[in-house]
Amino acid sequence: MSIWERMSKVDRRIIYLLLSLVVIIPIVFRIPSTIAVSESAQMAYDAVDRLPAGTPIIFSTDFDPASMPELRPMMTAVLRHAFKKKLKVIMMGHWPTGIPLSTIILEEVAQEFKAEYGVDYINIGYRPGAGLVMIQMGREIRSVFDIDIQGNPLDSLPMMRQVHNYSDIGLIACFEAGAMGDIWVIYAWGRFGVNIIMGTTAVVTPDAYPYLAARQIEGLIGGMAGAAAYEKLVEHPDKAMIRMSSQAWAHILIIVFIIIGNIGYFMMRRAERIKKRGTV
Amino acid sequence: MRRQIPLILTFLTGIAIFIAFFIPHKPFNEVQDILLDWAIIIAGFALLLGIHSLLRKHITHIKKKDGGWGYSLILTFFFVGVFTVGIFSAIQYKGYSLTPGSLLYFVYDYMVIPLSATMFALLAFFIASAAYRAFRARRLNATLLLIAAVVVMLGRVPIMENAFFNFLSRFSDWFMFIPQMAAKRGILIGVALGAFAMSLRIILGIERTYLQ
Amino acid sequence: MGQIIGVWIAAGLTLMIFSFLYKDNPFYKFAEHVYVGVSAAYTCFYTWDYFLMPKLINPLLQHHWLVIIPGIFGAMMLTRWFPRSAWVSRWPIAVSVGVASGLVVVQYMQGFVIPQIQNTLLPIAGPAVTFNNPITNLWNHPLNNLIIIVGTVTTLVYFYFSKKHKGFIGGTAKVGIIFIMVAFGASFGYTVMARISLLIGRIHFLINDWLLPLFRSLTH
Repeated sequence: MSIWERMSKVDRRIIYLLLSLVVIIPIVFRIPSTIAVSESAQMAYDAVDRLPAGTPIIFSTDFDPASMPELRPMMTAVLRHAFKKKLKVIMMGHWPTGIPLSTIILEEVAQEFKAEYGVDYINIGYRPGAGLVMIQMGREIRSVFDIDIQGNPLDSLPMMRQVHNYSDIGLIACFEAGAMGDIWVIYAWGRFGVNIIMGTTAVVTPDAYPYLAARQIEGLIGGMAGAAAYEKLVEHPDKAMIRMSSQAWAHILIIVFIIIGNIGYFMMRRAERIKKRGTV
Repeated sequence: MRRQIPLILTFLTGIAIFIAFFIPHKPFNEVQDILLDWAIIIAGFALLLGIHSLLRKHITHIKKKDGGWGYSLILTFFFVGVFTVGIFSAIQYKGYSLTPGSLLYFVYDYMVIPLSATMFALLAFFIASAAYRAFRARRLNATLLLIAAVVVMLGRVPIMENAFFNFLSRFSDWFMFIPQMAAKRGILIGVALGAFAMSLRIILGIERTYLQ
Repeated sequence: MGQIIGVWIAAGLTLMIFSFLYKDNPFYKFAEHVYVGVSAAYTCFYTWDYFLMPKLINPLLQHHWLVIIPGIFGAMMLTRWFPRSAWVSRWPIAVSVGVASGLVVVQYMQGFVIPQIQNTLLPIAGPAVTFNNPITNLWNHPLNNLIIIVGTVTTLVYFYFSKKHKGFIGGTAKVGIIFIMVAFGASFGYTVMARISLLIGRIHFLINDWLLPLFRSLTH
């Protein structure tokens, strides 16, 4: 086997092993990373930052544990920003399997800021229906969420007394692992013109840019890189920032492999061409 | 009868929602709300239907002792186990089994989370290996795709802070916002128009494949 | 104690799934089937907690008898269990499809197509999409707007015309394919990013939640 052939036929297990190493080493040795704040993440930060203290903000959990590494740090960072700005947090979601997770996240951050349940934040959980829920919330939140996750009627919670529909809400921050973000834009923005910022897994991010460019959403936080950027913006380094150097090195490794594969391919093709010419 | 009534039902519900959009007042908006609730209840039953067919498949496996029936047994065992845990949690928390602190919550935290998260983490290895194997700059189109991918990967997650990477991350901002966005917008408008046309065909009873 | 057991279970299951990377093996198969079984049972409970209890059972308890109708419709779904009566399930399906289609018809236009087209009809020589980005300012109008218009229209032409790509449409579609390739490249880059992030998350869990505490408890 020529060196070129070998270059284009590396065993997959070697790739797996190297990928594991470039991920593990930065975590174990805590190699610091550089964070690039994207324009779209900055816009999301600004949208939250503009809200005056006391404004209600909805957090929508539209993901499940499968995308936890990307969206958990992101939601944590935006929650920190909201509590720091003394906004009133309303946690809800459209993915039932994500609700227990966002409950954990919310309680963690609320404790950090010594926020009080019912006064500074509430958790109303999940109701099935996606776009249907969004439309009904546009008229009266209580028509779908009559009680919170613990069974308390919404009117018994002080911060909800003046909050009835989207016109009382400053911003919707939705965290997306699928198509629910499109539904938020198409139904809630489309019908009621609410302000939305979107945090998405990297898979979803590119598809959300048309909304940002048309100003249907105010900002877009994309993937773990976006989460790290937000952590940098709120000046609270956490999981995403720590993990970014693993991410960066893994990207480099994959790019190197793509280059190696291509060099091998082109050199082999050249060798073949030369051979053909020789036989003719 | 078997076909006409469903077609009429689809037409009426579709039109009711349509009217409620343009006349968002009583009684149309109430009809809309009721229909939305109905759709939700039906969806609940559909979920149960899915679980039933899953279990039936695996129980048949066990009965026939097909190859790998042991795994079907494991699946059924864990289903029954977690179901029992759920019933206990439901009794303990007055019907709401998913209350934090319940045993079902424990199962969520230490089984559902790691299992689903790891299943998707496996894809990292496959995508790395696939990128190496399949990504060849054979033609102009493939080369463009390759360059775009590399620019985004380096620009979004720079490895160090210097002028080159700063440029790259600013460039990928522009790149995502303008040319990438334009193509995505074109694709998505196409998809939305398609969905619009399809829904109209369904309401008018031209498209009937969903009744098969 | 519960947490320690939980972390061990979680770590064990994580490693079993990762073992697939070496080759398909009984450990992976075990974890895979546990996953499906546990998720199915879990689905039952959230269906109960979130769908049937608040929308069907509670209203019935409060004597809102109208919900009997969707209840019957829902039960009709279950006729799929018996091949001979499966046609009955078309009724509830028809209602769901009708509701969904009604929503799509009005909402996709208002919420997506119209605003997106509006934002594509940009002045070619007017002010561009606003940025405070040095690179994009370098490219400031009219080029940005022009690229958006050309990119959107040519992509749409490429996908939307099932007619043979010849002549004017062919030329336009050729420009469209360039934009599409660039966009797919970006999507691929982002997908790689996403998958790597998930892997990092799991490895972070194994090291920080499982191995490090284990190591600490052993050295004490």
